[in-house]
Amino acid sequence: MLYVRLILMRLLKAVVVLFMIIIFNFFLIQMAPGDPAAILAGEAGATDEAFLRQLRERFGLDQPLYVQLWRYVSGIAMLDFGYSYRQGVPVFDLIMARMPATLLLTGTAFVLSLAMGIFAGSLAAARAKKPSGSLIMALALLFYATPLFWVALMSVVLFSVYLDLLPAYGMYTVGAGHTGLALVLDVAKHLILPATTLALFFMAIYTRMTRASMLEASQQDYVKTARAKGLKNSVIQRRHILRNALLPIITLAGLQAGQMVGGAILTETVFAWPGIGRLMYEALQQRDYNLLLGIFFFSAALVIVFNIITDLVYRLADPRIKEGS
Amino acid sequence: MTDNHTTPLLSLRHLSISLPKGADRALAVEDVSYDVYRGEILCVVGESGSGKSMAANAVMGLLPKGVRASGGEALFDGQDLLKLSEKQHRTLRGLRIGMIFQEPMTALNPLMRVGDQIAEVFEAHGRLNGRERQKKALALLTEVGIPQPDKAIRAYPFQLSGGQRQRVMIAMALALEPELLIADEPTTALDVTTQAQILELIRDLQRRRGMAVMFITHDFGVVAEVANRVCVMRHGQIVELGKAQEVLKHPRHDYTRALIEAIPSNVIPEARGAETDTALLEVVGLNKVFRSKGGLFKAAREVHALQDVSFSLVKGETIGIVGESGSGKSTLGRCVVRLERPDSGTLKLSGTDFMNLQGEALRRERHRVQMIFQDPYASLNPRHRVGYAIAQGPMASGISKAQAFAKAKELLALVGLGGTDDRYPHEFSGGQRQRIGIARALAMEPELIVADEAVSALDVSIQAQILELLEELKQKLSLSLLFITHDLRVAAQICDRIIVMQHGRIVEQGSAREVFLAPQEAYTRELLDAIPGRDQELANA
Amino acid sequence: MSFFARFAQNRGALIGLIILLAIIVMAILAPLVFPESPWRMVQRPFLPPMEVDGFPLGTDTMGRNVAAGLMHGAWVSLLIGLVSTLVALLIGVPLGAVAGYYGGLIDDALMRFTEFFQTIPNFALAIVLVAIMQPSVTSIVLAIALVSWPPVARLVRAEFMSLRNREYVEAARLVGQTNRTIIIRQILPNTLSPIIVLASLMVATAILLESALSFLGLGDPNVMSWGYMIGAARTVIRQAWWLSFFPGVAILLTVLALNLVGEGLDDALNPKLARERS
Repeated sequence: MLYVRLILMRLLKAVVVLFMIIIFNFFLIQMAPGDPAAILAGEAGATDEAFLRQLRERFGLDQPLYVQLWRYVSGIAMLDFGYSYRQGVPVFDLIMARMPATLLLTGTAFVLSLAMGIFAGSLAAARAKKPSGSLIMALALLFYATPLFWVALMSVVLFSVYLDLLPAYGMYTVGAGHTGLALVLDVAKHLILPATTLALFFMAIYTRMTRASMLEASQQDYVKTARAKGLKNSVIQRRHILRNALLPIITLAGLQAGQMVGGAILTETVFAWPGIGRLMYEALQQRDYNLLLGIFFFSAALVIVFNIITDLVYRLADPRIKEGS
Repeated sequence: MTDNHTTPLLSLRHLSISLPKGADRALAVEDVSYDVYRGEILCVVGESGSGKSMAANAVMGLLPKGVRASGGEALFDGQDLLKLSEKQHRTLRGLRIGMIFQEPMTALNPLMRVGDQIAEVFEAHGRLNGRERQKKALALLTEVGIPQPDKAIRAYPFQLSGGQRQRVMIAMALALEPELLIADEPTTALDVTTQAQILELIRDLQRRRGMAVMFITHDFGVVAEVANRVCVMRHGQIVELGKAQEVLKHPRHDYTRALIEAIPSNVIPEARGAETDTALLEVVGLNKVFRSKGGLFKAAREVHALQDVSFSLVKGETIGIVGESGSGKSTLGRCVVRLERPDSGTLKLSGTDFMNLQGEALRRERHRVQMIFQDPYASLNPRHRVGYAIAQGPMASGISKAQAFAKAKELLALVGLGGTDDRYPHEFSGGQRQRIGIARALAMEPELIVADEAVSALDVSIQAQILELLEELKQKLSLSLLFITHDLRVAAQICDRIIVMQHGRIVEQGSAREVFLAPQEAYTRELLDAIPGRDQELANA
Repeated sequence: MSFFARFAQNRGALIGLIILLAIIVMAILAPLVFPESPWRMVQRPFLPPMEVDGFPLGTDTMGRNVAAGLMHGAWVSLLIGLVSTLVALLIGVPLGAVAGYYGGLIDDALMRFTEFFQTIPNFALAIVLVAIMQPSVTSIVLAIALVSWPPVARLVRAEFMSLRNREYVEAARLVGQTNRTIIIRQILPNTLSPIIVLASLMVATAILLESALSFLGLGDPNVMSWGYMIGAARTVIRQAWWLSFFPGVAILLTVLALNLVGEGLDDALNPKLARERS
């Protein structure tokens, strides 16, 4: 019951945020230098005066601002994100076609980075004073400082060009016509490089956070209590320290979801992964602003979904919130 | 006392424990020898920094990082604990030696159910199976007197009170019936009445099981209450060691005598009254409710911190507000200085309405009531020199910088810290910082000073000095004081009148002598009875 | 122990400082060593590193000197990193201070606003902002600042919330100091060290963001930047991997150095509380 209400509450909040983004988008178009009609047209037909006039009428650009805003908002409420004049397809259809690929990529990278980050971080905490612990932290710092797109490019050079182990572009082998299990394996093979390079940076963040959080938790009084019971060190690490240390990491993971979606833009661009990130790059290249703003809206929606999930997980993990004090 | 006096269960021989480099001294404990016998309670007493807990930690094998036993031995049942490997030591912990700690709020894992945390002790030593462990945990919770043990076993720590958590800790420490129980300041963080209950429980369990108990405390009152023998420590060395009765009645060492004398309960308040009858502070029907913000998911909660509180304070008088945590005594103090705004009632200062002042008007009147705070470490801005810290107030009310600083110097001299105005707070001890806090309050020449637990964070010997200073200043400057404390003994020493509070209401008020010697209300009697060592010392006096 | 001695105890921080100084020197010397525009075609394209004197890192697809681009790019990266961080601090510090000090409704409103900015995927927002404002150093600085102030506001708010009920702040209120004096004199100085540490890490993040924007073709078309160099060489990565490699290493070293310096500052500015209490 509590959960139903919680989810409803979060959804309500999400609607408010998305609504604010719509308004934000609207004013961005207004603020942009030049003719909004030209921007909506993606500068495609910017020279064709008749086409622009047609656009102005269609979007009511000759109307007062509040009428325009109303049309814009009510349009989006009915999932009408406008038309990509460059590609000749409604923006919504374009984005929906690309969404699954992005979900697959970011979802995989999210799980991968969390699992590996927590593992590496707890290892580093347990060996805080040993060289192996320092090595993990040095690597984490290195990954943290490396530009995502550059790692992606270099991994293409290394794994595709020189070692010829993994495919460098796309999501499927073009023209292979795989089905069933073969298709799954083919996609998985294409997924390895993009997901790993995207996960690397976040893994570094979670590693650092896990270590810091565990070292802090190990200073707490309840750890001394656990030692006074005569518990084994490994049990104390797992049951008392790690469990408490995970709480701030869940919060962090929620906050990082936005970064992850942003990172996907770069990764998808480098690997020609057919998701909304790649679509965003194409929109940029073609100055297709209407599509750009549509993608922006959906990437925010994606982040909100991630946030709600981490919020629910946090509530499962911490009894103090669950039983409402 | 014990029939096994010849072979001690635990015997420390010339134990030394070294601190890491850069600490304020090389050894935490220096050449310390004492024994603990089966069936007795040995109290190890000392002020902060005396090294009283260190030996216990060495016995448990739980010394902090960088600290290590550097000499001597710790024989437990004939076996030198200092020579054990971590693994061997682990098999003793919880099984033959149990330990309870000071902070019940943080000593339990917040994410684990209480029952599971107790069951863990059996698991650690491979005893019983899952269901039997839970059954045993329930029996233990019943034994330590937790209300509704069948519910408590499934509770998380945050759902229990401080006293209940300490009972859980005791249940955990006693689960495997250890021969030695180490209790490290187990009642310091608790209210007096809860403290009395926990002391009673420990004494009772110790007698029933014939355990040896090593009880670490800073409070001679607690010693009088529970100890068979006592070991007084100072600066890492033993000052005095002997039977509790003898040490308490005939302390041989000056330091021990000073500690015992510093306990304010040896003083029976004199009959005294204020010299004037001009009402300075008038409080009538004061109410304050704290509301936690509700949301869609939690109901808004209301705490009635003050309910219909009325009293008045005449010029030159000192009133003590006494109560346990949650009694509303601090809220009352914060309302009087207007850090909080009461919801309703009257609050008048020399006849002017002090309650409804707001914003700029309030800011201009603030100098009339000042406060001395509890935590000497948090009450001074670490980035300001103390001279500036004191001068800030007068400067804010328009006095020239030169005059304000001159005044600050004067006041520092008055509180016994002359010539220190260009130093930073971290260069002072806790007691000295409290003196600076007093000087800062005096700088505003207030009509009334509210002291909120002003000596609670200090060692007893320092407490006595600060109380003396306050007494002296009262005489010199004819101050009016509202003295808020949880400690009846402290209140009795310095106050003319005492107000006892519980659950936001005034339970009893009267002259200090009356309240202390002939309390009218049951709750006041309960509070007085709960003071550890009270009977003992009154008999002495 | 002096501030620098504490800083230098962290060996990584010292190395970071040296790298950072080297990059700053590189940025300053760029116009002296390569007075010509880094955009000019000076040799045949695709010249590999170390082949011709004066072109230690070779030339790119258009015959431009990679070494010159690298040195001029250092200037742009550092400038954008620094200025955008300053702008972000100018937004985040006052906002966080007011929210944390006053609490209540003001805090609620300001935090909702901050949360909104935190929910938006910040790289996507930066892209949209730069694309619509048209790429230029100014628009890039503004976009980066706009997406990076929320953590500052949250940090400052948290510090203010924990300090506003500290006893010395209450004492200041009781002697009649104004809210403004209390915020500026009593609380803000005590929040500076975490802000400085965060700022040094933010410069690093800003440099990463800038490089990612120029990689996507959203750099200022008038200035040479590392991200642009990598982006421009992306299509020829199979033939000339070094064109992407060296600018990437430059970004990596700069960001790494800033992070190391940040950690050193943290050690030096926040000596453990235990030391203060003993």
